[in-house]
Amino acid sequence: MFESLTDRFNSVFKSLSGRGRITESNISDAMREVRKALLEADVNYQVAKQFCKDVREAALGAEVVQSLKPGQVLIKIVQDELTKLMGPEGSDIYYVSPGPTVIMLAGLQGCGKTTTAAKLANYVRSEGKKPQMVAVDLQRPAAIEQLRTLGEQIDVPVYCEESKDSVKVAKNGLKDAKKNDADVVILDTAGRLHVDQELMDEVSNVAKATSPHQIYLVCDSMTGQDAVNSAKEFNERLELDGVILTKLDGDARGGAALSVKAVTGKPIKFAGVGEKIEDLQKFHPDRMAGRILGM
Amino acid sequence: SFGRKIDEDLLDELEEVLISDDLGYETTMKLIEELRESYKNKEIETSEQIIPFLKEKIKNYWPQRDRELAKSDSGPTVVLVAGVNGSGKTTSIAKLGFNLSSAGHKVVVAACDTFRAAAVDQLSIWSERIGVEIIKHKQGADPAAVAYDACQAAIARDADYLIVDTAGRLHTQKHLMKELEKIKAVTSKKIPGSPHEVILVVDGTTGQNAIAQAKEFTGAIDVTGIFLAKLDGSARGGIVIAIKDKLDIPVKFVGLGEKPEDIAEFEPEEFVEALFS
Ligand SMILES: Nc1nc2c(ncn2[C@@H]2O[C@H](COP(=O)(O)OP(=O)(O)OP(=O)(O)O)[C@@H](O)[C@H]2O)c(=O)[nH]1
Ligand SMILES: Nc1nc2c(ncn2[C@@H]2O[C@H](COP(=O)(O)OP(=O)(O)OP(=O)(O)O)[C@@H](O)[C@H]2O)c(=O)[nH]1
Ligand SMILES: [K+]
Ligand SMILES: [Mg+2]
Ligand SMILES: [Mg+2]
Repeated sequence: MFESLTDRFNSVFKSLSGRGRITESNISDAMREVRKALLEADVNYQVAKQFCKDVREAALGAEVVQSLKPGQVLIKIVQDELTKLMGPEGSDIYYVSPGPTVIMLAGLQGCGKTTTAAKLANYVRSEGKKPQMVAVDLQRPAAIEQLRTLGEQIDVPVYCEESKDSVKVAKNGLKDAKKNDADVVILDTAGRLHVDQELMDEVSNVAKATSPHQIYLVCDSMTGQDAVNSAKEFNERLELDGVILTKLDGDARGGAALSVKAVTGKPIKFAGVGEKIEDLQKFHPDRMAGRILGM
Repeated sequence: SFGRKIDEDLLDELEEVLISDDLGYETTMKLIEELRESYKNKEIETSEQIIPFLKEKIKNYWPQRDRELAKSDSGPTVVLVAGVNGSGKTTSIAKLGFNLSSAGHKVVVAACDTFRAAAVDQLSIWSERIGVEIIKHKQGADPAAVAYDACQAAIARDADYLIVDTAGRLHTQKHLMKELEKIKAVTSKKIPGSPHEVILVVDGTTGQNAIAQAKEFTGAIDVTGIFLAKLDGSARGGIVIAIKDKLDIPVKFVGLGEKPEDIAEFEPEEFVEALFS
């Protein structure tokens, strides 16, 4: 769909010889192309602006080796910077001992929390742990049933109760997990908008009551410019430990990954790549950089 | 910025506003180019005229006739609803069903999402809450068979509207897009002239990918209108401007919350107002 950035760069740099340095005069057009690529990938406007400023500084004066074209040198700098920003790589879950390790998932409506809860339960079990899930979403019609169905599919117990009090359900779920000797407890919370104070209070109360060891923000990779606003607010209210990016099996360029990382500073732990339980992968910053750039 | 001249700094600020609203790079540049042109032709002269100029321009993208829900001359009006995963389809159907039934119409909903865990239960709960009939099979059943039964039931009950819920699918999944075509073919066959509306539910927080979604869903099932969900947050949903510009698909409704009454007809003036607020 998009002309690759390499092609665009090469045409921008065509007029230049294969030698010399990257200079003010030959970098401007190229950086415009980089900025355009980032914006087309939904990287937030301000984040893209800052990124371009930083790359420009890093690139100015960079030595261009005989065999390389300036465009190739610049693209490498761009890619490396982007990879560095989205890193470090690492999907390890930090398990506490004695257990259970409590993991809470939060995020906007429909981003993929409930599906991801089941995927994670399946994943931690593959690491030899005994998982349990707790249905803390008391809002969405059939949310409990959804988690229960997924739990049955993978044979992982789901704690749920008929209630309007999510703090109470979360606490009882934790108690139940301890009784069952679970190593990992995954809390599936209701979707909520970051501007909804009442629901943001609710989720932070659930966190206070259960002191999760890990709180992950689940983020839809198709999200646009607003990703910075929601991620920032969730991070302020919950002190996130990481991010899980979902729906990467489509063709979204996924610039939200960079935006969210830039405003929260929290690592991206996993990538959701489908609707099935096994569609959870480790997150690779270098691949994501290439994807955002459309290369 | 009273009396401020239209210079590059001002255009940069405008660029930031439009891109931050998810209009996308191309559409933003196009609008700014048109603005520059009008400035050169002296159609506008000061900065105060910029926002009104753009508002007028964008607003005119959506004429009134484009925003009305089609109605069949006789028999049930079929509204097929589709979209990517989690965009808000099922909830938007509850809203639409509630809206129509409150206006005195007889509504039937069809649970053709037989794939996602508890999707049938979710629509069942909504149908109870809003007091409309639901046609459903078990999870895992053939969605086209559900559509077939739903058409039959809608005709038998003399329903005014049949709203068809479908499973979320990414537009890149060829086989799932084919399945959608099949559902559409079933309703066309059972109720000639249907579906009368094919609604694509777009999550209002979506960025540029919504263009590809609109393109591919239209390619498969001829989308007639967009339901722009989740506009109650801080995202503005500007991507529908790019979609209108590139694909000429109108917006019919907006979703403003999780309750059945949180639906509004799309109002271009309000929408454009919010872009610049
Ligand atoms: N293609 C794809 N679909 C996904 C992925 N993750 C989740 N989904 C789908 O996205 C939709 C929403 O997922 P849910 O898990 O219900 O999302 P949620 O965040 O729990 O939603 P709420 O509880 O309503 O806020 C469902 O159709 C899922 O099957 C993914 O990685 N890829
Ligand atoms: N704030 C807000 N939330 C909404 C709106 N529309 C839907 N939602 C929420 O978004 C989430 C997903 O909605 P669904 O209706 O299940 O979405 P879907 O497209 O049917 O999802 P799949 O069938 O899994 O693809 C739910 O938590 C809804 O309550 C809206 O206009 N505003
Ligand atoms: K979404
Ligand atoms: Mg959920
Ligand atoms: Mg649904």
